[in-house]
Amino acid sequence: MSLDKDQIQKLATLSRIAIDDATLEAVSERFSSVLDLVDKLQAADTLGVEPMAHPLQTTQLLRDDIISEPNHQEAFQKLSENIHDGLYLVPKVIE
Amino acid sequence: MYKLSIAELGEGLRSKAFSSRELTEYFLRRIAALNPLYNALITVTENSALAAATHADKQLSSGIGGDLCGIPVLHKDIFCTQGVRTSCGSKMLDSFVPPYNAAVVENLASAGAIMLGKTNMDEFAMGSSNETSFYGPVKNPWDISRVPGGSSGGSAAAVASRMAPAATATDTGGSIRQPAALCGVSGLKPTYGRISRWGMIAFASSLDQAGPIAGSAEDCAILLQAMASYDPRDSTSVERSVPNYRATLNNSVAGVKIGIPKEYFLSGLNPGVEAAVMSSLSTLRDLGAELIDISLPNSHLSVPAYYVIAPAEASANLSRFDGVRYGHRCADPEDLEDMYRRSRAEGFGEEVQRRILIGSYCLSAGYYDAYYRKAQQVRQLIRQDFVEAFTQVDVIMGPTCPSPAFKFGAKGDDPVAMYLEDIYTIATNLAGLPGMSIPCGLVEGNPVGLQLIGNYFDEASILNVAHQLQRVSNWHTQHPEGLD
Repeated sequence: MSLDKDQIQKLATLSRIAIDDATLEAVSERFSSVLDLVDKLQAADTLGVEPMAHPLQTTQLLRDDIISEPNHQEAFQKLSENIHDGLYLVPKVIE
Repeated sequence: MYKLSIAELGEGLRSKAFSSRELTEYFLRRIAALNPLYNALITVTENSALAAATHADKQLSSGIGGDLCGIPVLHKDIFCTQGVRTSCGSKMLDSFVPPYNAAVVENLASAGAIMLGKTNMDEFAMGSSNETSFYGPVKNPWDISRVPGGSSGGSAAAVASRMAPAATATDTGGSIRQPAALCGVSGLKPTYGRISRWGMIAFASSLDQAGPIAGSAEDCAILLQAMASYDPRDSTSVERSVPNYRATLNNSVAGVKIGIPKEYFLSGLNPGVEAAVMSSLSTLRDLGAELIDISLPNSHLSVPAYYVIAPAEASANLSRFDGVRYGHRCADPEDLEDMYRRSRAEGFGEEVQRRILIGSYCLSAGYYDAYYRKAQQVRQLIRQDFVEAFTQVDVIMGPTCPSPAFKFGAKGDDPVAMYLEDIYTIATNLAGLPGMSIPCGLVEGNPVGLQLIGNYFDEASILNVAHQLQRVSNWHTQHPEGLD
């Protein structure tokens, strides 16, 4: 199975990754080779088999709704150069 | 000195044959001399290592140091280290300096281990050759024209060349065991949930697990002892007591039932690897173990199932890298969308981008049932194969990888050729079981690995069998040339 260039561009949009036209063909070719690999799954008889989401079949843990973490905003925001008054700066979204 | 095990180094520290500071300086000198050849480390933390060693020496003098007190170790660059750049082998995180330590880093530091630096790896742990690292490939110390395996290739090569006696690593589909096999060292992937994933940069959250790489099974037992813990900060960490792994290492293997899956010895397995594995199995039979032929009938579906599940989880996990809060941000974005797309295109390498695209495809509308749900059903079948096998046997054994280390570039442009490197290791991750690789021979001068798979939370059994084998064989004490 293979995807055409438009389908790859649609996936790139969903994935928020820019792919330039020059590399599109190589990306598409290698993508198709992986799809051929995963398509081998279709031969498996899985009728009535419960999907397995987690190796230990456990459920999500819950904790009491009390504050357990101090506020690390300052330390975390030191990781970015694009901070103003405690807010992250990004390109203008609304005109 | 570099040939000493962790147990022997610990004895030397406690008997004052040498201090932790001397040991740390010794391994830092080895790193300075050897790392330019092998590129196994991304960052060396000389100053903090020396300060920690001085502190460990004080603890040792007061007689309060345990097995790892004062022992130098390396951390894979996937574990967050407070104040020390944690790149995950990616341009995306080239300038990322975490404000906190991973649980594994905390646990080893509280055991008194000395961090010497951070090891190189495939980008975001996606690869089997270390060729996807932003910092350039690690070279295999046995033959620098060959890959060290991956993704924990830096950790395996650093231990193989004894730039440190041990290193931490992670394994999502074979990333501890395959490089351990290709570099001739011992590596253990514990049961999913045994070691906290807190602060370990996520690739595929239902598969990722941390573990040690060291010179022997005994050293892996010492490291696992310190690394394993229950941690409420990781919702998949399991609240279960940690057994004393060293206490059972010397149990006899007489009567231990070892399952040999016929599917792990089909065509595609290098005859030299097969001969080395069979030789180890016959040694175990001589020690009284019982070898039993078993079948894991869905083994052939493990690589296809993995390449749906792992990319699907990766596409979700890696969506956090958007250029907004940390990580690479492109220059002069036109708008928000352009910033996301170019930051990710510039920050991620080709393999990471490919896996995000595959994951997005498998999860997208109309394909979810055909791929993701189907893969999870197959995952259940693979798990059931193991559950069935473990009603008959105590440990399952076979090769770690189909062949010895390959040359750089040998897998060329076909990603699937690279994915098949993990054909014998992936099923263990899908099932969540513990697996280990120990060296079992040399094929044309290159090391090959023997894999041991245990039942859930039964790391003790595979460590015991591996240790008993290492007591009567010497593959684990062989070193590549040029280390002196």
